Amino acid sequence: MKYVVLAGAALATLAAALLVGPANLPLADLPGSAIVWQLRLPRAVLAFLVGGALGVAGTSLQALVRNPLADPFLLGLSGGAGLGAVAAIALHLPGPWALPLAAFVGAVGAMALVYRLGLMGGAELDPRILLLGGVAVGAFAAAITTALVSLAQATELRNAFLWLWGGFSGASWTTVLVMLAYAPLPLGVLVASARPLDLLALGEEPAQYLGADVRRLKRVVYLAASLLTAAAVAVAGVIGFVGLVVPHLCRLVWGRLHRTLLPTAFLTGGILLAAADTLARTVVAPRELPVGIVTALLGVPVFAFLLRRWTVS
Amino acid sequence: MDRELIVALRGVTCRYPDAARDNLVSVSLELPAGELHAVLGPNGSGKTTLVRAALGLVPLVAGEAEILGRPAHTWSRRALARLVGVLPQREDNLFPQRVRETVLLGRYPHLSLFGGVGATDRAAVDGALAACDAADLADRWLWTLSGGEYQRVRLARALAQEPRLLVLDEPTASLDLRHEMELFELVRTLVDAQGLGVLMITHHVNLAARFADRVLLLSEGRPAGAGAPGGVLTRDTVERVFAWPVSIAPFEGRPQMTPLRLRKEAR
Repeated sequence: MKYVVLAGAALATLAAALLVGPANLPLADLPGSAIVWQLRLPRAVLAFLVGGALGVAGTSLQALVRNPLADPFLLGLSGGAGLGAVAAIALHLPGPWALPLAAFVGAVGAMALVYRLGLMGGAELDPRILLLGGVAVGAFAAAITTALVSLAQATELRNAFLWLWGGFSGASWTTVLVMLAYAPLPLGVLVASARPLDLLALGEEPAQYLGADVRRLKRVVYLAASLLTAAAVAVAGVIGFVGLVVPHLCRLVWGRLHRTLLPTAFLTGGILLAAADTLARTVVAPRELPVGIVTALLGVPVFAFLLRRWTVS
Repeated sequence: MDRELIVALRGVTCRYPDAARDNLVSVSLELPAGELHAVLGPNGSGKTTLVRAALGLVPLVAGEAEILGRPAHTWSRRALARLVGVLPQREDNLFPQRVRETVLLGRYPHLSLFGGVGATDRAAVDGALAACDAADLADRWLWTLSGGEYQRVRLARALAQEPRLLVLDEPTASLDLRHEMELFELVRTLVDAQGLGVLMITHHVNLAARFADRVLLLSEGRPAGAGAPGGVLTRDTVERVFAWPVSIAPFEGRPQMTPLRLRKEAR
């Protein structure tokens, strides 16, 4: 039942994304329009995939670090991706793929560094150190990024700044295909870890006693969620709050079991981000807002509401 | 009747990586099905380490730890969870959940990767809740339970694993008299009626003496006595291990300890 509702909402969101836009096409022209097939559709599908990836990554990471305030970008990935992207812009790397690739490399670099820090205590990945290491690596990367931006020319600076806030204006069927080829593996790994993630909420030792291979689980989930986030940031920049708010929203509605939580977080994240992107490109048309601004403007009030509910109950 | 040996520790010595001394020194224990063994000893005497060693979670320096005749560390976590239910002292509840949900977690070691929760699982959950007198709690939120109810629910989760062995780490800490007695009676019933083996860590010398078939007394990681309560819990031994004067008198055939006041000159 819930999947029918969510699938319906997803289709409605995608349909709305196809219907509206600055070009103001008459309804009859829509089916044959290149604007719909080459611009709006791939863009909406990409926003949906990225939102879904962030929802799933956020849900898994909150369970992994056992902290309900965890966000996929808290673990240093946004800092690393931002550094990679700004470095690509500052160095004038050519080609349409230079920027996403550089961002991906930056994010994976930050992931590897944080992972190494998390293993400092021994063979066990320590989630507390993951969090602290993520914040530290993120701050360090942000400092270098700011240094690069402050040395850059004015137009470059604007590009870099806008990229950091995220957006789908560069979406194409190729990006959609890349994401479609890339995302299923980490998504599948996370879905296969759904039940052990339920157990992890009790703590690492109780989870072991209920059959979870905690040591392996922590590594696998951290890597899969980070790789998912790295891909999202590479194609769309840093889009905050989806990975933070969507898991809580889904937990509130569908409970805490990850077998339900992960698929619903994917659909809900996809719907939210596709809708946010439609807003981002229409409210100030013909110009665009970075979609990260829309998600933050929508996400912060939702989050404040959730916090209030917690403190009340 | 010859009962199957579930846990066997033989001369186990172990040490955590950063410890100054061995945390356990040549400790032995044999727990057959249908018996309740209590592990006693002061804080830091190695009780929890003993349990972790028995479950293959601490590497051994010397000795053997076996479960059903197989070295404990060779069991996969999942296979072991189908055999042993553990109630650790501490656990968290990161996100709110209901009683039935948390008891269902006990079925996880039995579920296949993509398979759903079936009728046998639901029956096991209901059976475990009933056995722990917790059936009427099933739809409650966990955070609304009293301490005694919460421990019964956790015991039900361990029973839902359909284990042969229960390991309980201070299950009655911070429970009042009635809830504490109820839990001990419940555990004893499970041992006698279902033939479970139970290894229980506790600070309650007197309850251990009355409910356990055998006790193992640890002192600074070394065995200070092992066997039937009457043989182990003598005044000399208890005073030495717990470093406090006591008197011991039998009650219903089991030794019962009363800690003494320090004598003050003014009295």
